[in-house]
Amino acid sequence: MTKKTGGQIVCEGLLKQGVDTVFGIPGGAILPLYGSLSQFPDLRHILVRHEQGASHAADGYARITGKAGVCFATSGPGATNLITGLATAMMDSSPVVAITGQVARPGIGKDSFQETDITGATLPVTKHSYLVMDPKDLARVIKEAFYIATTGRPGPVLIDIPRDVFAESIDFDDSIWDEPIDLPGYHPPTIADFKDVKSAAKLIDSSKKPVILAGHGVIISHAYRELKDLAEKCQIPVVTTLLGISSFPEDHILSLSFPGMHGVAWASLALHEADLIIAIGSRFDDRITGDTKRFAIRSKKIHIDIDPAEINKNIKIDVPLIGNVKDVLNQLNPIVEQKTHQDWVRTIEQMKADHPSLRIKETDDLLGQHVIKAIFEETEGKAIVVTGVGQHQMWAAQHYHFYTQNSWVTSGGLGTMGFEVPAAMGAQVGKPDHNVWSIAGDGGFQMTMSELATIVENNIPVKFAIMNNNHLGMITQWQELFFDKDYQANSYTANPDFVKLANAYGMKSRRVERQEDLKDAINEAEEHPGPFLIDFIIKKEENVYPMIPSGQSVEELMEEPI
Amino acid sequence: MSISEKLPNIETRTVVALVEDRPGVLARIAGFFRRQGFNIESLAVGKSEKIGLSRMTFVVEGPPDVIGLVAAKLDRLIEIVEVTDITDQNFAYREMALIKINADEKIRGEILQLANVFRVRVVDVGTEEMTIETTGDSKKINSLIELMNQYGILEIMRTGRVAVLRSSLEINKKKES
Ligand SMILES: Cc1ncc(C[n+]2csc(CCOP(=O)(O)OP(=O)(O)O)c2C)c(N)n1
Repeated sequence: MTKKTGGQIVCEGLLKQGVDTVFGIPGGAILPLYGSLSQFPDLRHILVRHEQGASHAADGYARITGKAGVCFATSGPGATNLITGLATAMMDSSPVVAITGQVARPGIGKDSFQETDITGATLPVTKHSYLVMDPKDLARVIKEAFYIATTGRPGPVLIDIPRDVFAESIDFDDSIWDEPIDLPGYHPPTIADFKDVKSAAKLIDSSKKPVILAGHGVIISHAYRELKDLAEKCQIPVVTTLLGISSFPEDHILSLSFPGMHGVAWASLALHEADLIIAIGSRFDDRITGDTKRFAIRSKKIHIDIDPAEINKNIKIDVPLIGNVKDVLNQLNPIVEQKTHQDWVRTIEQMKADHPSLRIKETDDLLGQHVIKAIFEETEGKAIVVTGVGQHQMWAAQHYHFYTQNSWVTSGGLGTMGFEVPAAMGAQVGKPDHNVWSIAGDGGFQMTMSELATIVENNIPVKFAIMNNNHLGMITQWQELFFDKDYQANSYTANPDFVKLANAYGMKSRRVERQEDLKDAINEAEEHPGPFLIDFIIKKEENVYPMIPSGQSVEELMEEPI
Repeated sequence: MSISEKLPNIETRTVVALVEDRPGVLARIAGFFRRQGFNIESLAVGKSEKIGLSRMTFVVEGPPDVIGLVAAKLDRLIEIVEVTDITDQNFAYREMALIKINADEKIRGEILQLANVFRVRVVDVGTEEMTIETTGDSKKINSLIELMNQYGILEIMRTGRVAVLRSSLEINKKKES
């Protein structure tokens, strides 16, 4: 037995969980935890400028490393500032652990200064949460929180700790760290029912036009090899969801890119024409299905997912395989027949030829598509790409081709503008030796650009590509197409000079306005050892195509009028 | 009255769950129902045969395409140890009701006679009122309430369902032999 404070137990617990970095901002209720930090030099604390940044950074770190990302915030406003980040992580199944200070125990429920019921407020946006009222529970809670966040279908877990629980000193027995976790209600499934696996194999063996729809679950369970094995053994084309991008190499002959609202036409068409869809760790999001009554009606569906509540949620499933994607594929792959689908592959080649979704129109203007294509070419498809939400996000998904596993970070489920700056920072901290590019909208960038200070302060070498079209591009597109060009609140008249702004933060930067300068600027950014910002002035009023309007089907697919 | 009697596209499910007996668990469950837009028709909670675990019976209503996933979604909650949607299985359930009625001496005897058919117990008698207790399925309780209406019901307190799966016949046979 040794005497330890709550704060010391938390720090020790984080180290035992393999945490090396925490993003946060102190405040009254969490100060006793910060008071312990100096005794744990292996725990790097990065002081962000806004707690939303801390939560997105932890998310970016988590997605790119597969480890839990950790953020700290104080009670009240500090904790509520985390909520957007937690909701973003929840929607995209990302393991974030948030530790918040709470007012001291005697003050709880008394509207004390900076008191918010944060476990209550975050109920719908966390996988689980704790309010720790006794320092003796801290060690157990830390272990459980990381276990819950990172296993099964991952998700954010919040631990709310009153100020005096951090400060209290208790007799602590180190053997607590080795006690097994006992969560009687939590048993993430691993392998699927073998009967179901056999039925699935039968469907696969007899299908003529199969398509794999690979989602984030493939990346989360590191099933890259297994996905490739299945696709190659049975010659099945692979469509990835928006979050499944980089689960399957896009230079592979069977890769079909992503489908849905702004996906490439042939991916949507392949799903539409298929006689079998094998959905792997994906959730039939409405951005993919559109009108569910008209989605892929010709096909049977196999759905591999670790979350039983996803089965039959949006689309009726013929054979559900509930389990961990990697384990289930290891059950399935050996028993499916080796096969070829030459006719089907040829049909899809024809779809590609008939619908050249990625063709960029001839123009002297600088388009968002040109910028992405140039970044792709200069980084040879090997960068980690982080985006905001809007047109630039879709162009990035379309025109960057991902050759490296798990190299695409985007807020797919919640669609959180402002994600691009802090999530890129977190991704870069998680993989310091990788090239990280943040593809930012001029709108989203301004929501979280205060983190430029954090990035410069810590010399985090993210490269920023602001896709500056001086307006909320995606909003303009929707108003043009669906609101009779009634443009409201879509345009900026006083954007800052982003080059000067970066300089003000002490970040190197330059502006690009012509296609011929792309290569040079991108290379300058790449070669610069620290963070770098390029302000790409791209053509305003340029739409993202293809487009399947919300709630419709591939029959209403709109293509670029060229 | 339950919503299901009013709206055709609403389905009712009976769900039984074994949950950890801890503060905040009910709030999580209730919050989940609210987010899904489900109406809780009834909810009964009590300690189970296992230490530290409570058993709950929910009767919930919602749109058919969503409510079918109610058990799977509830199972996402960490504190829920086991959960089964027993609606389509063979289950037995009971509900208890306390009914306070207008009952002066003159009609008390009449009420008691009627009530006996329903095997009710008298819980409390005052000069002008009495309270009776009954246990049964919802139909029985509804009929009793209808019957008592003529005397003037002052207050009804119903527990909501508690339900168990019936043992399958095969198991019963084994026990017999
Ligand atoms: C936090 C947040 N607020 C509002 C929206 C709605 N929204 C979606 S796209 C978009 C425009 C994005 O503009 P910008 O970041 O400049 O990117 P662009 O579409 O121009 O590439 C908006 C406002 C959102 N997704 N997130």
